[in-house]
Amino acid sequence: MDELSQLIHDYVIKEYLEEGSDQEIGESTPLITSGIVDSFSMVSLKRFLEKKCSIRIPDEDATPAAFDTIQNIARLVRRFQAQQVGV
Amino acid sequence: MTDLLSYAELTTDSDWSVAEHELDIREGDLINIGSMCSDRLCDLGLGNKLALIWEDYQGNEKRYTYGDLRRLSNSIASFLVKLGVKPAERVCLFMDRVPELYMGFLGILKTGAMAQPLFSAFGDESLFVRLQDAGTTAIMTQKKHLHKVRAIRQQLPLLRHVIAVDISEADLQDAEVSLRMDRLPPAEDFPVYPTTAESPSVLHYTSGTTGQPKGAQHVHYSIVSQYLTSKWVLDLQPDDIYWCNADPGWVTGTSYGIIGPWCNGVTQVVLDSGFNAQRWYEFIQKHRVSVWYSAPTAIRILMKEGSEIIRRHDLSSLRHLASVGEPLNSEAVIWSEEVFGKPFHDTFWQTETGCIVISNMPGMPIKPGSMGKPFPGITATVLNTKTYEPIQQPGIAGLIALRPGWPSQIRGYWKNEVGFKAKFKNGWYLCGDRASIDADGYFWFVGRDDDVINTGGHLVGPFEIESALLEHPAVAESAAVAKPDPVNMEVVKAFVTLKRGFKPSDDLELEIMNRIRKRLSPLAMPQEIEFVDCLPKTRSGKIVRRILRCKEFNEPVGDISTIMEE
Repeated sequence: MDELSQLIHDYVIKEYLEEGSDQEIGESTPLITSGIVDSFSMVSLKRFLEKKCSIRIPDEDATPAAFDTIQNIARLVRRFQAQQVGV
Repeated sequence: MTDLLSYAELTTDSDWSVAEHELDIREGDLINIGSMCSDRLCDLGLGNKLALIWEDYQGNEKRYTYGDLRRLSNSIASFLVKLGVKPAERVCLFMDRVPELYMGFLGILKTGAMAQPLFSAFGDESLFVRLQDAGTTAIMTQKKHLHKVRAIRQQLPLLRHVIAVDISEADLQDAEVSLRMDRLPPAEDFPVYPTTAESPSVLHYTSGTTGQPKGAQHVHYSIVSQYLTSKWVLDLQPDDIYWCNADPGWVTGTSYGIIGPWCNGVTQVVLDSGFNAQRWYEFIQKHRVSVWYSAPTAIRILMKEGSEIIRRHDLSSLRHLASVGEPLNSEAVIWSEEVFGKPFHDTFWQTETGCIVISNMPGMPIKPGSMGKPFPGITATVLNTKTYEPIQQPGIAGLIALRPGWPSQIRGYWKNEVGFKAKFKNGWYLCGDRASIDADGYFWFVGRDDDVINTGGHLVGPFEIESALLEHPAVAESAAVAKPDPVNMEVVKAFVTLKRGFKPSDDLELEIMNRIRKRLSPLAMPQEIEFVDCLPKTRSGKIVRRILRCKEFNEPVGDISTIMEE
């Protein structure tokens, strides 16, 4: 897991997994579909990413599909990081 | 519309006695929802018919016939009685949408106890407030939610039994018991408690503007309303495969996710999963869903996902679509006609009504964006806000009001007679919403008449959020109001003043958001926090949420000179 994915992983474990849960979270574990993160809680995850990664994710891009796995989230973040530096 | 008379004919010729006749209920009879949704169907020869097809997000599937419903609910009822659960006690169901929740609901009712379903995403504070108020004596839950119960149990002396449905004996703590439904001895018979029409059945908690949530107390006679509205509004027919998206932690999930379909002998499907458009369409395709009862928020998210994904699935089984939770915007109705070939039919009701009261019934011309017309047997109007007299002119907004007396109307708020009485004015029950009626008799939603926030179809009380905000060490004062949202209709926004020594920051905002999410629920989490120097207050020091709300909605605040402090 690269640095960005690890950051997302650790935050999901800390903030969204039920206390005492022994569930393993990998890069492709469904987060929204499985109910670990719901569409309301997604907003706090989006805020965290925007702050930590110094990006702005428009609401229309913050879809349940884009936030369903760590892999998808990391891809989304990179897209906006790249846009920001004009790559 | 299938085999139904027109709306005009139904309104003229029908009343609730139609349902009593079809359910074979006579005055003074014993009525038990748990038994009528299982035993009665078996007695009618439907014991081998599928009642429930359950699937989790990974695609694991379980199937239950009406005979299974009867045996499993009997087994759970026997288990509860042996444990010492008594009639009229409150037994909480605190679970995701697992089969044990559905069988447990029927089993609890068979014992004569009251089922108290609660949304499993509630945090320990929300759970505590509702269990304490109800004096709940038993709770059925899952391993994943057990930590929330353990965190508050010492403060709940009346909570005698904690029942975990998916945990081994070895993992239990003191005074917890394990109930493995698949390992219970099958009970062909159970002496169903002799409940009557007015015996208490379900206790659903709903939020108000002031104070903590109120327990809306239903009775077994509600099945009459739930049966007929399921048949006439959702158009449930014997061969249908029915999917209700709602979680039984909320009233839609019990009235139309358990009672309505099962007392009609219909096969229903349940997907225990979070939102995923691809997964949802696959589910409809796989199970050939014919009647789909969804919610505007879900429909609007599906709209965002586009129509290409719909074209990749065979959704031709869909016959009737309906929606509940908040007003269904006209764009969503038009979109569903384009992509599914049929419109979503908006329905309006609430925890206190127990059943659909205003709706676009099958066969009725739909005016996109309208709530529809009153259900036959329901007298509905809009009242002048000052005189509480019905408004006669079309198009003038007033308070939505119902003439009391329909079968599923709540019989009271739990231990809150004052709050219940306040819901009635001039012989009408006030829903707490505003609407207008057009010249054709269609109702058009305008908004809430109080400070309650309708987010994603769920009502969230500002008081509960503000109380939780004040528990944060940095927060001095707080106000929670609705903010418009294109998907959820409204979301929670909090205005906060900070104590000396604390400064506004992104980190603090995120910390407060997550704290509310965990203690109350994701629905109650402010999606935005605005740090302010002071909050608008009356001369007596009461925070005026209305001013903050109006600003968010860009509405005129009106004359506030008489209430505001200098």
